[in-house]
Amino acid sequence: MIREKYADVIQELFRRYPERKSAILPLMHIAQHEYGYMSEEAMQEVADILGLNPTHVKSIAGFYTLFYEEPVGKYVLEICNDLACALRGADEFVAMASNKLGVPVEGTTPDGLFTLKTVMCLGACDRAPMLQCNLRFHEHLNEEKFTALLDHLHQEASSDQVESAVVEKIVSYIN
Amino acid sequence: MSDLVTITVDGVEVTVPKGELVVDAAKRIQNDIPVFCYHPKMAPVGMCRMCLVEIGLPVRDRATGEILRNPDGTPQLNFGKGLQTACTVQVAPGMVVRTTTKEVDEARAGVIEFLLTSHPLDCPICDKGGECPLQNLTMAHGVGTSRFDFSLKMKMDKHVPLGDLIFLDRERCIQCARCTRFQAEVVDDPVIGFHNRGRSLEIMTLSDPGFDSYWSGNTTDICPVGALTTADFRFGARPWELIPVASLDPYSPAGSNIVFSTRIEAKAGGRTVIKRILPRQNEAVNEIWIDDRTRFGHHFAESPNRLTKPLVRKNGQLVEASWDEALQAVADGLTRNKGAAAGLSNDRVSNEALYLFQNLIRRGLGSNHLDLSGARLAGGDVTAKVGLSKGSNLKELGKGDAILVVASDLHEEVPIWWLRVKQAAERGATLVVMNVRPTRLEQKAAHVFRYGAGEALSATHDLLNAAKVDSSGDDPLTVAAASLVNANNLVIFYGYEGLSYGETDTLARILANLLLLKNNEGQAHAGRVNNGLIAVWPHNNTQGAWDMGIHPAFEPGYKAVANPGMGEAEIIAAAQTGDIRALYLLGADPVGDGRMADRGKLDFLVVQELFRTPTAKLADVVLPAQSWAENDGTFTNGERRVQRYYPAISTVGLSRPDWQIIAQVGEKLGQGKGPIAASLVFRDMARAVPQYKGMDYRSLAQVEKQWPDVGGADLYYGGTSYENKSGLGQQWAAEAETKLPEPYTLGDTNKPELMGLQLIYGAALYNGTGRLIREAEVLRPRLAQPTVLLHETDAQTRKINHGDTVQVNVNGLNIEAVAAVNGHVPAGLAVLRGSQFIPGLQRAAVHK
Amino acid sequence: MAHLLLRHREIENIKKLDVYRAHGGYEALKKVLSMAPAEVIQVVMESNLRGRGGAGFPTGLKWNFIPKVAGDKYVVVNTDESETGTFKDRELMEGNPHQVIEGTLIAAYAIGAKLTFNYMRGEYMDAAYAFEEALKECYANNLLGPNILGSEFSCDMYPHYGAGAYICGEETALLESLHGNLGQPWSKPPFPAVEGLYRKPTVVNNTETLANVPLIIQNGAEWYKSMGTPGSTGPKIVCLSGHVVKPGNYEIIMGMTYRELIYDLAGGIPGGKKVKGFLPSGGSGPVVKEEALDAPISYEGLDKFGSAMGSASVIVMDETVDMVWAAKKATHFFKHESCGKCTPCREGTFWLDKVIHKVDSGRGTANDIKVLNSVAEQIGGKCLCALGEFAKNPILSTIKHFPQDYQAKVRANG
Ligand SMILES: Cc1cc2nc3c(=O)[nH]c(=O)nc-3n(C[C@H](O)[C@H](O)[C@H](O)COP(=O)(O)O)c2cc1C
Ligand code: SF4
Ligand code: FES
Repeated sequence: MIREKYADVIQELFRRYPERKSAILPLMHIAQHEYGYMSEEAMQEVADILGLNPTHVKSIAGFYTLFYEEPVGKYVLEICNDLACALRGADEFVAMASNKLGVPVEGTTPDGLFTLKTVMCLGACDRAPMLQCNLRFHEHLNEEKFTALLDHLHQEASSDQVESAVVEKIVSYIN
Repeated sequence: MSDLVTITVDGVEVTVPKGELVVDAAKRIQNDIPVFCYHPKMAPVGMCRMCLVEIGLPVRDRATGEILRNPDGTPQLNFGKGLQTACTVQVAPGMVVRTTTKEVDEARAGVIEFLLTSHPLDCPICDKGGECPLQNLTMAHGVGTSRFDFSLKMKMDKHVPLGDLIFLDRERCIQCARCTRFQAEVVDDPVIGFHNRGRSLEIMTLSDPGFDSYWSGNTTDICPVGALTTADFRFGARPWELIPVASLDPYSPAGSNIVFSTRIEAKAGGRTVIKRILPRQNEAVNEIWIDDRTRFGHHFAESPNRLTKPLVRKNGQLVEASWDEALQAVADGLTRNKGAAAGLSNDRVSNEALYLFQNLIRRGLGSNHLDLSGARLAGGDVTAKVGLSKGSNLKELGKGDAILVVASDLHEEVPIWWLRVKQAAERGATLVVMNVRPTRLEQKAAHVFRYGAGEALSATHDLLNAAKVDSSGDDPLTVAAASLVNANNLVIFYGYEGLSYGETDTLARILANLLLLKNNEGQAHAGRVNNGLIAVWPHNNTQGAWDMGIHPAFEPGYKAVANPGMGEAEIIAAAQTGDIRALYLLGADPVGDGRMADRGKLDFLVVQELFRTPTAKLADVVLPAQSWAENDGTFTNGERRVQRYYPAISTVGLSRPDWQIIAQVGEKLGQGKGPIAASLVFRDMARAVPQYKGMDYRSLAQVEKQWPDVGGADLYYGGTSYENKSGLGQQWAAEAETKLPEPYTLGDTNKPELMGLQLIYGAALYNGTGRLIREAEVLRPRLAQPTVLLHETDAQTRKINHGDTVQVNVNGLNIEAVAAVNGHVPAGLAVLRGSQFIPGLQRAAVHK
Repeated sequence: MAHLLLRHREIENIKKLDVYRAHGGYEALKKVLSMAPAEVIQVVMESNLRGRGGAGFPTGLKWNFIPKVAGDKYVVVNTDESETGTFKDRELMEGNPHQVIEGTLIAAYAIGAKLTFNYMRGEYMDAAYAFEEALKECYANNLLGPNILGSEFSCDMYPHYGAGAYICGEETALLESLHGNLGQPWSKPPFPAVEGLYRKPTVVNNTETLANVPLIIQNGAEWYKSMGTPGSTGPKIVCLSGHVVKPGNYEIIMGMTYRELIYDLAGGIPGGKKVKGFLPSGGSGPVVKEEALDAPISYEGLDKFGSAMGSASVIVMDETVDMVWAAKKATHFFKHESCGKCTPCREGTFWLDKVIHKVDSGRGTANDIKVLNSVAEQIGGKCLCALGEFAKNPILSTIKHFPQDYQAKVRANG
């Protein structure tokens, strides 16, 4: 489905890189957006587009933290609890978030809306606690702001207007 | 600048080619720098860090470039900041390497300790135990104790099938990436990869079927731990109980050198059995690799379906008989029909058997009606003249050289040749591929010529003509032709895909003429080392069959027969009319192969076989022969290298070696007492066949030091492939090496008029109809089933979809096959794989 | 003093091309187009500009290593920025992308590259938007593409987004990742200058490094050198985080002390607490004690203290911080980010992580501290890339400087 839907993007990517294989990360970002996660089907499609063995795509998917090989919630809440953030209360913030969502870290809420993860430094240490949700940064957080964010996301989800930042990023430049 | 560099390793000087890695240079003087990730057949990656050593370089004066010296005159050395990996650093003049310092010892012990922190240390139940690089290097360099707290150890999956053939033990894997690099870099099947990262790295595959590669077994040889094991050998035996016996691939004309690991087994009734097959190094033949058919296809030798006793037909029934009775029955049956006897042989048996067979038919029965059964490819007489020259090694082809491959799918037919041709292309050789349909080798080709169905001869003739005119044209054919003629070296492979037997004869001659053309310097390729023609024979000893005169028109050594006899087709036809009344089949099954309907008017039919084949069922006498695993003999590979194999397992039943049976029949026919050992047959043969002059079992068993230095105690370097101690074989010289023959006059090479859908047979390495390979249970899920490849338009007009079961009517046969509509064939052509052999180009009907 | 790099802080919307140009933007590029490439390299060499990605390699020298023969060459900008406590390249890309683009174009011109990529960590959304907007403007205004500003010089520039891997900041891992392979570093040589992207000569420079280049061209090497110390010239962005009143990026002139930065510019430590120690370059440089506060922020400033400025991501820890905990956090990071290619790093970080967790949770023994120390030493000097070398630092330096914290944790267990 990517091949048809993103035909222009694929063509442009192939033009940009001297070697096709280089397009694997952008294509995987797109595939993950389209399939929700890096399912075997998604990997197979990327492999077909690039003329690679699907094993290679799986290999890449396993290496990078931004690719999910298991289904995830509509929103992936990735809280940085690396050292610099932890000095400013990130660990407590994770505990609070987990409590609020009612799922442990790496868990997904029963409604399939939220997956909670902790991640290494996201380059926002001066604005901790912070999290990234589907690649959008939310900084200077506290419990109150977190609750507000969840509320907002609940609303957005029901309006079915979920955006994927990274695909927008890759696609916007090309158009 | 000189091409040699001298360095000093622990005080010992060694001079090696420029660009060589320190680890290899040290190896040349028996300084075994320990390695895990490095493998001499793969590019270094420097990742395991086991090979850390101290490396110093002479200090030079910035201005003058002079080497600065200490007061005692020795050069001043700079050892840099720390240890360096011997596997990634290239030698440099004046380099000094230290491998025995405290720092080096500590580094080695440290790496071992690190590796063992996540290793299960389950050596007592590990297949690799006893031949495990990790085990050996731990003994040699480890500290003996670990400070790692075992409660912190990771638990991982232990019996992960990566496919039908290979199992993975995740706990044992040390992440050296040898297997993944082998698959990606050496054989171009990147079907296994790492997943995750850091300590969570693990090998996995997403290919379908799992670990989908004809080369998968090799990863178990080069894996430095017991992480990868074959489904065939897992938990089969402990390496130290195994007795190695040298042998040869029984399938392909590459003649890959192998070793049987054998053992006396109680559960086999105290018989010596084959536990596994490993490659045996022969750098000129298969280096240290074998394909999976070679590795896993041996089970036919020990099959319970083997014939174990002679059978004689009595009252219409084949009943067990003594050897003497059976041999006498053969002698009687043949004598009875002396004026009308014929022989057909297969091209799998030994030279010794073939030689005696032709002798029996020609001298014993006075008949020239002798042929190869199911011959697919002609031109043995041509390769005798312009074949690959003696002393050639495909490994030496590279930049400036050229390879032409015509009408063959090497990847399916002779994977070792596919690999070596591919690697030559990667080293820079110009590869030209001509075929009627795409084949895998094309991916590496500089020029691809896809001729139309039936146009192989005209297309190659055009190429020859383009090569003749010293033209500077820039059409692809001229460019390709020029690159062939003007290459430093030229090797040509030709096969039989889509060609009739007769056409292959013409093809061989066209290509011979190409090799005889003179280049800019007035030199022909034929006759020079690393040049010549190679026939992609269908079987392991087709070359030997040609050499031994299993041919109606040639005696051993290609001597023309004064009054040629009948070929196979005529013999079979004559059996129908009664002109031939006695037929001796040596391992041939014309009924099973669909070339012979019944006995016709034969008075006597004798079949010498391993199995109760359809033809054997019709015979008057069935003689149970031994497989190649039970006796000794020689095969001659497609590069005309005569090689020995040795007896490895206990005799199955009362079977006897082919040559011995024939000699005994001969004796009964009054030919006198035959030779009593294969070596003596070979001695007679070497006298009768001029090309084999000077060869004997001793000379064939000679070995010389090979590089890289694998095997022996340092298992970690080359993997478990065996050092060759049993013979590298001897190539025989083509005629062109002494005198260039005249070019051939060529017959008709015109394009035929074709109508309708044309069908050709496409080779499959694991052809499901193969009598021998079917006995290998591990390969059974992978056997190629009848599949017909169709072009989209041809499929559409017949309303056939990918995956449909269809009927293929061809050559008087109706074959049920699965349709594959996936862009791999040109329009108007169908390719049938995994079926019985279909010769040449045939008009076919394909329908649902 | 006005910012030289973080100029968006004074100049609103300098991320727009017209604003950037109105403030002298792309004048340096113009100037360069009339210079010989060798001259450009010469000026950068004279400026003593050193890499801001951490290693501090002289930038001009790096450019000069590129073979001066025709053929494909590449410039790759390193905006992978994933070191704990580092967020300077993000701000630069978000606020002042044209200065990075201009620097990149100058580098491309100097080495003869026609194609450049910016490898940006996949998480940096806003930086990506800003960068792409800027690229669009450049293409629309003849600053990218064929015949830039009417000259013979043509150059393309594309973003490339990573997908979450710290190791991809290491230059060879970055190139492998850009090749579409696993982001694992390769053993050097070959160096990227000889065989880099697509096995062609390649310059890999940090984002901030390249943002300095237009300044040098525009104002000359002498002007540039007049800032900072002889070994550390020019401005430097310091990422300040942890226990400070005003965390954030600070553009300073090298030579300023850490104390001045923390107390004079960043308002000191919250609650008036004391500094226990600080990490001068994120998780990867050895921790230093409070005594190092008076060291100058420069490439050589922390030599005496056994540490280094690195990319200048300063994480401050006040007196309440348990250094075993801090070492655990940092070690976990390296274990998480180890690519797994080489044995000492893969196994060593895993081992250290296990043991430091044990010690931190109060289950450790005195022997565990010994094991930590020696395993860390055993990693040192044996790895394929610098990540492994970094990984030993948190353990070794905290054990060295704060043994009492370890003792306190293992005391009960003998
Ligand atoms: C593990 C590791 C991570 C690195 N991460 C980055 C990074 O995120 N950004 C960066 O510019 N350099 C990083 N580097 C340094 C780069 O390898 C390289 O030295 C740098 O990009 C060169 O640019 P410069 O000379 O302009 O500093 C890292 C190095 C290592 C070993
Ligand atoms: S399975 Fe064997 S060959 Fe492959 S990486 Fe692991 S240890 Fe190396
Ligand atoms: S690093 Fe040299 S052998 Fe592995």
